[in-house]
Amino acid sequence: MNNEKNVLDELKGKFGEDITETSEFAGDLTAAVRPSKWVEILNFLKIESKDKYDYMSDLCGVDHNDRNPRFDVVVHLMSTGNFKRVRIKTQVEEDEELDTLSEIWKTANWHEREAFDLLGIRFKDHPNLERILLPDDFLGHPLRKDYPLKAEESAKKQEELRAALKGEKVEADG
Amino acid sequence: MVKVRELTLNMGPHHPATHGVLRIILLLNGETIEDSKPVIGYLHRGIEKIAENLSYHQFMPYTDRLDYLAAPSNNLGYVLAVEKLAGLEIPKRAQYIRIIITELTRIASHLVWIGTHALDLAAMTVFLYCFREREMILDLFEMYCGARLTTNTFRIGGVPYDLKDDFIKKTLEFTDYFPPCVDDYEKLLTKNRIWMKRTKEVGFLSREDAINYGVSGPTARGSGLDWDIRRDSPYSSYDEMKFHVPVYPEGDVYARYLVRMEEMRQANEIVKQAIKALEGSEGLLAENAPKKGLKKIKKAPEGEVYHAIEAPKGELGFYIHSKGDSNPYRLKIRAPSFVNLSSISTMIKGNLIADVVAVIGSIDIVLGEIDR
Amino acid sequence: MGLIENKYPDNIITTSVDGLVNWARKYSLWPMTFGLACCAIEMMASAASRFDIDRFGAGVFRASPRQSDLLIVSGTITNKMAPVVKRLYDQIPEPKWVIAMGNCAISGGPFDTYAVLQGADKIIPVDIYLPGCAPNPEALLHALMTLQKKIEKDTIKKKIG
Repeated sequence: MNNEKNVLDELKGKFGEDITETSEFAGDLTAAVRPSKWVEILNFLKIESKDKYDYMSDLCGVDHNDRNPRFDVVVHLMSTGNFKRVRIKTQVEEDEELDTLSEIWKTANWHEREAFDLLGIRFKDHPNLERILLPDDFLGHPLRKDYPLKAEESAKKQEELRAALKGEKVEADG
Repeated sequence: MVKVRELTLNMGPHHPATHGVLRIILLLNGETIEDSKPVIGYLHRGIEKIAENLSYHQFMPYTDRLDYLAAPSNNLGYVLAVEKLAGLEIPKRAQYIRIIITELTRIASHLVWIGTHALDLAAMTVFLYCFREREMILDLFEMYCGARLTTNTFRIGGVPYDLKDDFIKKTLEFTDYFPPCVDDYEKLLTKNRIWMKRTKEVGFLSREDAINYGVSGPTARGSGLDWDIRRDSPYSSYDEMKFHVPVYPEGDVYARYLVRMEEMRQANEIVKQAIKALEGSEGLLAENAPKKGLKKIKKAPEGEVYHAIEAPKGELGFYIHSKGDSNPYRLKIRAPSFVNLSSISTMIKGNLIADVVAVIGSIDIVLGEIDR
Repeated sequence: MGLIENKYPDNIITTSVDGLVNWARKYSLWPMTFGLACCAIEMMASAASRFDIDRFGAGVFRASPRQSDLLIVSGTITNKMAPVVKRLYDQIPEPKWVIAMGNCAISGGPFDTYAVLQGADKIIPVDIYLPGCAPNPEALLHALMTLQKKIEKDTIKKKIG
């Protein structure tokens, strides 16, 4: 079936240079896109593409702390018409905001909150970007590679962060 | 002057009917719900970060503790994702054994669902009957792998043990004994006026909302979405099994109840077919399966995979991003209950407080996989 | 019990009263429905018909802490849940006992992570530690019987310290 156009060809045909990379591995189709076109490309996939990927399975973040931009945001879509799947991802810098997808898919709301909670990726115009899994007074983002795993080390890190926050507050006040 | 105001009521995290440590903040007008906000995270244990520090083999027991009512099902999802990454070919007998164990798990999970759902709505007998049948399934698991609840049943590349003759005999006895039991539960509930009054037209979720919220599994099939990953994107020889996928369009609690009752019967059928298919099949472990052992932890190829299975609660997916190490670089668990729960605000709007209990029961949540 | 407990000094013999009070207490322990994670399922199984915790008098699971005397901490206590556990324990009236069921309640279990409290005894006093992951319902019944033996040795005399 090599001459059959798949969704990656469709994307490349419509968006050209905004699709920075495409690949196929173990039967999965992946496309990496520019963050500025994030909402536009995903909206196209949901409404105008041939397969109509109307179901969002998952949205998650990946921390590559050895590279800049630091984070990957990965979205998995599926079509309820023919059950084909595609993976779309983009790269986000540490202080950059990515447009929210919660207008297009309501399920993105909670997934983005989780990515913010555990990794610190911010989403622009999200209706309620607050912590979802960790306690509200938790400082830092534990799924980042530079945050410790074990309980004792994490408690120390929380104290450090709290002291740093208080230090900043004292500087701001006095 | 009597003033009418809204009341903010807190339900949980310690509550007899929230199926775990779930907290819902309700905004009430009298007894009618105007708005709600689920608060989760009371069981967040950091399992995804643990995965980054352990090898693929070592992480297997942690997957049991995600959806702890259906532990072998989580094992299957994880092991299929890793095998997809490593490109392993699983022998036929191992695949049939996996089907048998997973479908028995589906029955066990649905038994807990109907037992606790009915208990919340004051039908206590069903709870005792369901746990009696579930004990028989847990006996089978104990016979196979030694544990009742946190089973760690499968291995990367296949299954660890073969099915002995007395396991097969007892399983066949169970498949004959079970369908009249489902008839018993249906006799108690399906045409029961109180049950129908409490579950019909309660907790409505439309098909469009179901797709938009990413709802999957029996919750979605109760809203008219005709999708079952075992039939539509088959894995592990499910394409050789014949079964019916129940779909009901009404979208209320009663429809989801009917879907799961029928699924229990169909899972029973699949177990029977898989046992018949076992004859003449062979192979327990793939030829190039990575063996355990401290010195020989094989490195996985570099790349990303996502694999989803039809767990009893919905689409359970594992996204593995590997950089060619013996540990995954990032493991994301797409838990069905996490996504299904996000639709609860839509479902309970306009209903009464007592309906919240019915709706939570019908979504069939497990906090272990919501919070991970 | 507040009328006679802790009122008598050590030189008064209270054997048969002790025996009666302890017999009543140990055979009517009312647990609170406090299932947190996987161990809760084994607790439910112990309340079902095969293992039947009701034969030991402990079958009345109460949802309210005010009406119970036994807290079976079954499951992982996370840092977010810890203040809730402490508050519930404080709300149970005396006499009260705690069984830490499962490895997670004893010492955090397999989850030594940033979000998990490494053991229930960091916030509440524990009487019986029941290891296992998840322990069998039979093990829970054994823990209950051990707790009953412990209650037998209790006394209503004034406790020193």
